[in-house]
Amino acid sequence: MSLRSVTRRLDIRALRRPSSCPNASLSLPRIIPVWQACRNVASTPTAEKVLFPGALNSEFTNNLEFMRPSKNKAISTFRILDQYGQVLDKERGVDTTDEEALGLYQNMVRLNIMDLIMFEAQRQGRLSFYMVSTGEEGISVGSASALNPTDPVFCQYREAGVFMQRGFSLDQFMAQLFSNTDDTGRGRNMPVHYGSRELHIRTVSSTLATQLPHAAGAAYALKLQNQQNPDVEPRVAVTYFGEGAASEGDFHAALNIAATRQAPCIFICRNNGYAISTPTSDQYRGDGIASRGAGYGIDTLRVDGNDIFAVRTATREARRLALTDGGKPVLIEMMAYRVGHHSTSDDSYAYRQKVEVEDWKRRDNPITRLRKWLEERDLWNEDEERETRSQLRKDILAAFDRGEKKKKPKIRHAFDDVWENITDEQRAHVEELKDILTRYPKEYDVSQYEGGLDSLDELLEKKR
Amino acid sequence: MAAKSPSIRALSRYLLRPQAPLHPRCRQQCYTKRYSSAVAGARLNGTVEYDTTPLLYHTSKAALANPELPEDVRRGQTKRINLYQAVNEALRHALQSDERVIVFGEDVQFGGVFRATMNLASDFGTERVFNTPLSEQGLVGFAIGAASEGMKPVAEIQFADYVYPAFDQIVNEAAKYRYMSGANQVHCGGLVVRMPTGVVGHGGLYHSQSPEALFTHIPGLHVVIPRSPTQAKGLLLSAIKSNDPVVFMEPKILYRASIEQVPVDPFYLPLDKAEVLKTGKDLTIVSYGQPLYTCSAAITAAEKDFGCSVELVDLRTIYPWDRETVLDSVKKTGRAIVVHESMQNAGVGAEVAATIQEQAFLRLEAPVKRVTGWATFTGLMFEPLIIPDVTRVYDAIKKTLDY
Ligand SMILES: Cc1ncc(C[n+]2csc(CCOP(=O)(O)OP(=O)(O)O)c2C)c(N)n1
Ligand SMILES: [Mg+2]
Repeated sequence: MSLRSVTRRLDIRALRRPSSCPNASLSLPRIIPVWQACRNVASTPTAEKVLFPGALNSEFTNNLEFMRPSKNKAISTFRILDQYGQVLDKERGVDTTDEEALGLYQNMVRLNIMDLIMFEAQRQGRLSFYMVSTGEEGISVGSASALNPTDPVFCQYREAGVFMQRGFSLDQFMAQLFSNTDDTGRGRNMPVHYGSRELHIRTVSSTLATQLPHAAGAAYALKLQNQQNPDVEPRVAVTYFGEGAASEGDFHAALNIAATRQAPCIFICRNNGYAISTPTSDQYRGDGIASRGAGYGIDTLRVDGNDIFAVRTATREARRLALTDGGKPVLIEMMAYRVGHHSTSDDSYAYRQKVEVEDWKRRDNPITRLRKWLEERDLWNEDEERETRSQLRKDILAAFDRGEKKKKPKIRHAFDDVWENITDEQRAHVEELKDILTRYPKEYDVSQYEGGLDSLDELLEKKR
Repeated sequence: MAAKSPSIRALSRYLLRPQAPLHPRCRQQCYTKRYSSAVAGARLNGTVEYDTTPLLYHTSKAALANPELPEDVRRGQTKRINLYQAVNEALRHALQSDERVIVFGEDVQFGGVFRATMNLASDFGTERVFNTPLSEQGLVGFAIGAASEGMKPVAEIQFADYVYPAFDQIVNEAAKYRYMSGANQVHCGGLVVRMPTGVVGHGGLYHSQSPEALFTHIPGLHVVIPRSPTQAKGLLLSAIKSNDPVVFMEPKILYRASIEQVPVDPFYLPLDKAEVLKTGKDLTIVSYGQPLYTCSAAITAAEKDFGCSVELVDLRTIYPWDRETVLDSVKKTGRAIVVHESMQNAGVGAEVAATIQEQAFLRLEAPVKRVTGWATFTGLMFEPLIIPDVTRVYDAIKKTLDY
């Protein structure tokens, strides 16, 4: 280290040194946290509070009392509508125009019908896999409606409603689900792993919780960019995850780093009671996921996920909070019940009672709750319901039909995008594959792929 | 709406009765074969027949003739089971015979997503067979700790694709535990990390990986991949008995596809021996796991077409692997092909080929050929073009013989 830099560092230190700590020595590091500058306080005989490096403002006590989280009152759940669609706080209202509410309703119903159709289509062997959002439509549709459309979103997989609310078209859904040539994922991902750069939603990856630190990092990038471009509307990053995924190390790492870097990131947990077969009682023993926010010093709220108005209001407020004081993370735990099977590969009656599911279906649901509110206000009726459902079903089946008929993506997409440019090794592999496909034409049906064998030539011709 | 195809109409009808029960028992295998790239007139691809393959014991008599079985087992009974049932039987025996054995992982309690731990929690209690929270690094680290206290934990990773969060625990801790403790001689033998591996035809990027070569680059672990129910049962029991940690990778396509007669009694198969599945004199194919079936089908066609004779060797344990069996075979045949699903660069094939080149160079009539996954990921629509198929192995045999 040069002498010059040492002197500069000393200068800065002198400026930052808290005046309340006259003992702070000059050999302290450049940025001096309060606790370091005040190491001696804890040892004064009359001090009432400690300033140990790891805990600020802790009072001394001579009561031997362990914290017993199980004895605490459970964190409350925010809602705006009751189960019958009645507004609880008439003064605040629902914070949503009638028109918006009708749009949200339609999107939830569209998602719900698409789920029914695609689930059954998988059962018929027409696509390889599917996951429904049943019971959680309000969380994805509602939260997405309260975000800025350019806020980058990092999904888990049960958030098709976010895509729908942002305008992902039925044809785009079908292209991905059937892995056809229009799929922007180029036929590489399993169904429901949607992604759209245009809509600022990252491609879904099956690995749980990996997207959480990404969101924290993206949020930090946004924080810097928000500062650098004060004229552009500030953005936040948003990520969704299940209560099961919240057990992964990445969850904890993400919340912690987002907190230490004060990144404007909204962490939205969908707590639907299950992680495949694992009930929450095997997943954690704390008070849900919300209780963890405090541990990381993060502003946190628990919300009734069956109440789309509550979801919206909570998300909007979280967004505001996330952008105050230069930015900070916020955690929202949206409560729900996973009404459907985990996926088409799962039969949930192997681990839960059918009556449990039926009870939940009957008890509460984001779609019926909003419908009650709409009907109460004369914005909706049985005829409209029937008409809308029938129209949506037709639209979805038409898109289904178009999507299913299209060819598979080009074979070249098996190889490109691994690196920015195709490598020599890959080139050799492409040549070997092409040679096999050419010499054994009866063994393969390359015509099902867009462009057949030709796309391999495109790849080989691509300049090195 | 424009003219509907009849099946679209069927879907519509389904929607008119949305309360209709869904097909409840239709699980992973419900979805079949649509993405196979083999055409109707194919002669090679699509010829892997699990019902008739010589790699499985279709009769009790054949199963009991296995020379690796001890005498008393050979005098016993067999039962026709698939690979996940064989895993279940091995776990059941281990739990029954050794109270140090504990079995856990994500969704293990209800039987696991591939049903390998079915009924174990109810039969042995949830103290010993249980769900863990969803954290691979957590559950593997937990297993290492339990093993270091003398237990025999069998930890399940739901898919090999999800083992990476636990990579640190496996590489830096499990593998090195004995070595770092030195004269203290604390180890985590008894630890088995089970995981389903390989493609099934529709797993895409995160349900298809074969990351075995990542584990073969680490001393201190045994990496085992069984090819059949019998192998799964015998090798898993040995893995649990072993005083070294074992990574046990189960080809998930074989869970249901491979069915054979398996001895009912417990038995132990060696963790340090490859097995010659078929003898031959012109060429040796070395493989492991599911591709062995592909190789076997290719060999049948090649022997018929070219009048050659091909030897097939199953490595079984891919590290530390049985060099002697492989080298003896290649020294005899003079030609070798290595086949695996995972990609070529720095794969198991690279190690086997290099060893053959070093130790049997003068006996070689042709370069050692590798038939493997290409240098890419397992994109959903391209799986059948990426993974070695019968045609590619057949062609490799032809080229190696013609060299
Ligand atoms: C790292 C990792 N481990 C395991 C899995 C297998 N897996 C897929 S979904 C799932 C359960 C997730 O539950 P949760 O986060 O609660 O989301 P939900 O399905 O309830 O929406 C598991 C274990 C995975 N995809 N990734
Ligand atoms: Mg869940």
